[in-house]
Amino acid sequence: MYDSIEEICLKEEQLGIPFWKLVQKDDCNERAVSEDDAFKEMLSMYSAMKDSDAGYDKKQKSNSGLVGGEAAKLHEYIASGKSTVGDFVGLVMEKALKIAENNACMKRIVAAPTAGSCGVVPAVFLSLQEKYGYSDEKMVEALYVAAGVGGVIACRASLAGAEGGCQAEIGAASSMAAAGMVYLLGGNGRQIGNGAALALKNLLGLACDPVAGLVEVPCVKRNVCGAVNAVTSAELTMAGIESRIPSDEVFDAMNLIGKSMSPTIKETGLGGLAATPTGVTIKEKMEDRA
Amino acid sequence: MNLFDIIGPVMVGPSSSHTAGAVKIGLVGRKLLGEDVSSAKIYLHGSFLKTGKGHGTDRAIVGGLLGLEVDDINIPNSFEIAKERGLDFTIEGMDLGEVHPNSAKLILKSCTGKELELIASSLGGGRIEVCEIDGANVRFSGEYATLIVHNQDRPGLVNEVTGLLGERGVNIATMQLNRKSRGGDAVMVLECDDCVPEDTLSWLKNQDGILSLVYFGK
Repeated sequence: MYDSIEEICLKEEQLGIPFWKLVQKDDCNERAVSEDDAFKEMLSMYSAMKDSDAGYDKKQKSNSGLVGGEAAKLHEYIASGKSTVGDFVGLVMEKALKIAENNACMKRIVAAPTAGSCGVVPAVFLSLQEKYGYSDEKMVEALYVAAGVGGVIACRASLAGAEGGCQAEIGAASSMAAAGMVYLLGGNGRQIGNGAALALKNLLGLACDPVAGLVEVPCVKRNVCGAVNAVTSAELTMAGIESRIPSDEVFDAMNLIGKSMSPTIKETGLGGLAATPTGVTIKEKMEDRA
Repeated sequence: MNLFDIIGPVMVGPSSSHTAGAVKIGLVGRKLLGEDVSSAKIYLHGSFLKTGKGHGTDRAIVGGLLGLEVDDINIPNSFEIAKERGLDFTIEGMDLGEVHPNSAKLILKSCTGKELELIASSLGGGRIEVCEIDGANVRFSGEYATLIVHNQDRPGLVNEVTGLLGERGVNIATMQLNRKSRGGDAVMVLECDDCVPEDTLSWLKNQDGILSLVYFGK
């Protein structure tokens, strides 16, 4: 996998091969598979993302009972016309909730990069396709862009809450989604990197502090934050607003921040929201059931 | 790690470590037993015990024992499926000592009476490691074709096993060797890039000094 956005951008400029194709070629080389087969494999991931959105049931509840019905509430609110964010962002928010709720309710999802952050990339991607009619092929190319960015983050920092806190999950997912969106809006490698950098910068230092250790509170709603942040970061990028810190350096910063974070806020359920009086009460209730 | 660990895997939620990893622990137990599981005692340790209920860890392990994959939508219904298929199971908590916080011990029995005891850990991102089989310390992922040889500790035995695998074109990816005492019982764990042919397995089984053999393909 590539460990530098700069390297991909340089290659794109020197060889004239687009960002997504470079990422694909590298993967095919590593796994010794054909580009056709690999493309189909990525397409099946995209189809699974569509299914993870379509399979929503507003009556479902997670095992703990903490999650369920949120996306339906949001849908009703947006449909009422009272919402201020507009159709597109409304759709992104709703899809992020749906997919993250589905995950909490043991439905089938695509970890992208993790199960806890599974709503971010599909929320942005599926909404863009619904709104602007991109072909599935174009979406798969964008998914390669997102995966390439995720790969660089994995190499330079981490994609695990236990290692890097939530910045490594929702933060990374948001960065990946922003990169994919920039590509769909016509951005080149440099702009892709810019979108990735802007998105992650906003989420640096985010604690992984799930209540009762479950992928529910605050994870489900943070998917909305990650998805909307990806959209705004892509929009800033397409407006020509530059990140003063290049993406590779942002990822390095994330790595150092992750290392300096207390273990209590790295998926241990000991600190942050998990340690609030309400968080502790919920945890005790769950443990009584075990 | 490859690109499809970044976008992927497709899995049933909510957690790659506590759900997908737990399915894989059940699956590896089933593969190691080599037959349908008819009874299972499942012991959950650490975080698996504390947060397992909310993550469906219990249903995930049972699902794996039934042969369900990590993306099988029936995982939440695994208890009911176990009932239909005649898999008796119990789930309890147990302190397994100095192991990864996401660990479980399984005591399995097959319909023909075969028995197996293992401890496995979920390391995160859906990756697992088997740490103990029938009381012997081991370390393997279940991602490879894996050969576990219980043998007498004597000179040349490792050479006989690895030599035969080499002759049959089976490349060894990782290998560990442990023994209880000099000249006593030893365990060899070989993770292989290629599947081990059936006749090689039966030849090995009949070798002097080899006490028993567990194998599962990819």
